[in-house]
Amino acid sequence: MQVYFDNNATTPLHPEVKKELIAGMEMFGNPSSMHGFGREARANVEDSRRKVADFIGAHEHELVFVGSGSEANNTVLSLFVCGTSQCIPGTRMRSTIITTKIEHPCVLETSECLAHRGANVKFLDVDRYGKVDLDQLESMLGDDVGLVSVMMANNEIGTLQDIETITKMVHERGAYMHTDAVQAVGKVPVDVRKLGVDFLTMSAHKIYGPKGIGALFVRKGIPYCPLIRGGHQERGRRAGTENTLGILGLGKAVEMRSIEMAAEEKRLLELKGILKRGIEEKIDDIHFNGHPEDSLSGTLNVSFAGAEGEAILLYLDLEGIAVSTGSACASGSLDPSHVLLATGVDAETAHGSIRISMGRESTLEEVEYLLEVLPKTIQRIRDMSTAYIKGGCHVAGR
Amino acid sequence: MLQAGEWAYTEKLKEHFMSPKNILQGDNTDDFDGVGMEGNLQCGDQMLVAIKVDKEKEVITDCKWKTYGCASAIASTSILSEMVKGMTLDQAFHVSPKDVAKELGGLPDHKIHCSVLGDKALRAAINNFYSRNGMDDKVKEEQAKIVCQCMNITDHDIEDAVLEGARTYYELQERTKLGTVCGQCKDEAEMLLEKFKHIHFGA
Ligand SMILES: Cc1ncc(COP(=O)(O)O)c(C=O)c1O
Ligand code: FES
Repeated sequence: MQVYFDNNATTPLHPEVKKELIAGMEMFGNPSSMHGFGREARANVEDSRRKVADFIGAHEHELVFVGSGSEANNTVLSLFVCGTSQCIPGTRMRSTIITTKIEHPCVLETSECLAHRGANVKFLDVDRYGKVDLDQLESMLGDDVGLVSVMMANNEIGTLQDIETITKMVHERGAYMHTDAVQAVGKVPVDVRKLGVDFLTMSAHKIYGPKGIGALFVRKGIPYCPLIRGGHQERGRRAGTENTLGILGLGKAVEMRSIEMAAEEKRLLELKGILKRGIEEKIDDIHFNGHPEDSLSGTLNVSFAGAEGEAILLYLDLEGIAVSTGSACASGSLDPSHVLLATGVDAETAHGSIRISMGRESTLEEVEYLLEVLPKTIQRIRDMSTAYIKGGCHVAGR
Repeated sequence: MLQAGEWAYTEKLKEHFMSPKNILQGDNTDDFDGVGMEGNLQCGDQMLVAIKVDKEKEVITDCKWKTYGCASAIASTSILSEMVKGMTLDQAFHVSPKDVAKELGGLPDHKIHCSVLGDKALRAAINNFYSRNGMDDKVKEEQAKIVCQCMNITDHDIEDAVLEGARTYYELQERTKLGTVCGQCKDEAEMLLEKFKHIHFGA
């Protein structure tokens, strides 16, 4: 049995999106051209823009198509060190950026780079469930703060933040608010007006659309500075001939989400409940990471005492089950997940964690198969482990 | 379109990962003649190696192990435990991570780190055998030697930095902060850098 439980990494195309893309391959015109070929492409790009804007409650002019979620995040953060007058006014006075310790690397590393370029970057702590510390935010919010960037849903543990409340706090102090909603859009209801945010990032490939296409919401009236210059595309906000096929796919992906999301998320939540209870029943000395309620429906992150994450991942892979690990040993770094460490679990526990992320193609049979394979796998690893003493291992938050 | 490779590592590694050889059953090492433990859980890997020795011939007759570690650590220690059976203690002591990687048909550079642990634990077990048997003169201490006095950086720190990816003096400095005060240690550090690159990566 082949089981794909790594939907937070990326998702398979929705069959309807696939159909749209195949049909769309006939379209090759440049949307900037005035002839018929160009007008066809333009019509499709703008149709997608309307769909995406509708889906998040934005005006179509407020939407910039970009090359990825990472690009959108880079664009927003970089605005705040741009010194020219057409960009965010007064940013040189407000040179402090606040973000969190659990952001995606594309935010964390960009922030670190901005710090080298003169910005004052502060990182918010989170509690044991991964929720941002609002008191700390309040105390950090001074007149020097230009931007606050807090992710809406965390990719590793699934924890959802209260963006609406955070945005109110941020706006009261005159700063701008960005949320990386790559893992949230299409999984939980997102309305930019209700949230009140100034910038919001989304990406197609997490919601059954194609890779390499994202969108950035920029609230109307906010000064802006493109990351990629040299073209009038996207109203001068992102140069480069549009990825027409990608944009078409993103439009179709959100259209399908608007039809399927509500029922789908309910179903995933039920599956997660079954999975969680099953793991609890069948395996000792475990710890669930993330918030018990305010969390993505399909995401479950769990630590196993005495079992190393990469070994778990690869033994499961041999059984046809794809999950991911918090510890990034496989990617060359031996550091345990920064997200788990931020929630206060110790390094050892963080090394022994896996993320199971289900999606629209996940089934009860697959969950049952995992529940059959996982206990044996963990037992097998623990049997050869120097670090497992039954009941004697502490796996816990702080 | 290309199909997915069957496995991120070599077939040989997969074989040893799927059915690791010579795992120590339970925690009791009383029957063994030498025991060594290396690594720590905070860093995500730990290794225990226990050996039985024919004391007349100083030959390893059995080698068992346990680990908290990734696939590379499991597979490389499994193969190491097979390799050293029948070797003299001296031969076994000189088996290098490179020899193990070769047996496995190669390891990605960033995974060498994980395979070094089995090696280290084996040497610790051999030393443990020597000291238990009153052969302290044979114990080959792997004591760290301070290279950079200012920043208190040892040759072991340099070795670790190389295993984690440092290839140039600059990268070594970035990782360890060595040579950032008086700069006196530069020549020795560069020499060690080349040495460890050669030992671990044949470069
Ligand atoms: C929370 C979060 N932000 C940003 C990204 C980056 O998105 P993209 O892959 O489109 O660059 C991801 C996906 O890996 C993510 O999970
Ligand atoms: S000895 Fe290394 S900097 Fe002084």
